[in-house]
Amino acid sequence: MNPVLENIITYLIVFAVGGVICAIAQLLIIKTKLTPARILVIFLLVGVFLEGIGVYKPLNDLFQAGISVPIIGFGASLTRGAIEYGKQIGLLGTLGGGLIRNALGIGTAVIASYLVTLIFSPKSK
Amino acid sequence: MDESKRNQRYEDYVASVTPKTGTWRSLWHSFWIGGLTCVIAQGIGDIYYALFPNLGKDLIVSFTSMTIITLAILFTGLGFFDVIARKGGAGSFLPITGFANAMASASMEFKTEGLIMGTSVKMFTVVGPVVVNGIVWSAVAAIINLLITGGL
Repeated sequence: MNPVLENIITYLIVFAVGGVICAIAQLLIIKTKLTPARILVIFLLVGVFLEGIGVYKPLNDLFQAGISVPIIGFGASLTRGAIEYGKQIGLLGTLGGGLIRNALGIGTAVIASYLVTLIFSPKSK
Repeated sequence: MDESKRNQRYEDYVASVTPKTGTWRSLWHSFWIGGLTCVIAQGIGDIYYALFPNLGKDLIVSFTSMTIITLAILFTGLGFFDVIARKGGAGSFLPITGFANAMASASMEFKTEGLIMGTSVKMFTVVGPVVVNGIVWSAVAAIINLLITGGL
């Protein structure tokens, strides 16, 4: 296939899948009155489950950022890390593997939040 | 007229005047803002892949999420993210950028209570459940997975 066309299709898929996942979450908020924190945990656990049963990787190959950028991707990545490190060093590896795999992102989020807090003051509400 | 009937009539009335279009509009905003966030992340990843083809997929993915997390937190500091969040609903908080925004805004909001007891304590007020449940259940899922596949 034409590589330009292939890219366009990939981006359309990413947009559509990412959008639909977020719209489903929004629908849950409207219909069930679940708080955003609960919705986040539910979608996180969906990611954990999909990776746990080995379905996440083919979905990710197909949908790419469309599924990995929503919190589902974080849950899956934690589980991937736990499985991989567990394979390497045994049972104890599962306790830290998720954090090891996602340490760069978590570290960035904590450090950047701290720096931004030092630099900026919160806007009045 | 007895009270339950009256309440029922009132509830029917509320349901009939509550605008239905609001639901569709908020779904649409969640859809395009969530979709656009994913597209931007995909674009940044593709640029990194073109620039550093030898880096390997895992590192590219890590650097991409570090980039969008940093951007989201910077936008939070500058006050831009609030504009997106007000409109985007789940489209703004479900992507990892929303996770970053939740950390940064909690951290900034409690700056007045000090950097230790304010910022450092409150940074995880919103995202704490995600981190805790993520660590616990990913470990459980990994143990079950490895027991079944014989990886342990």
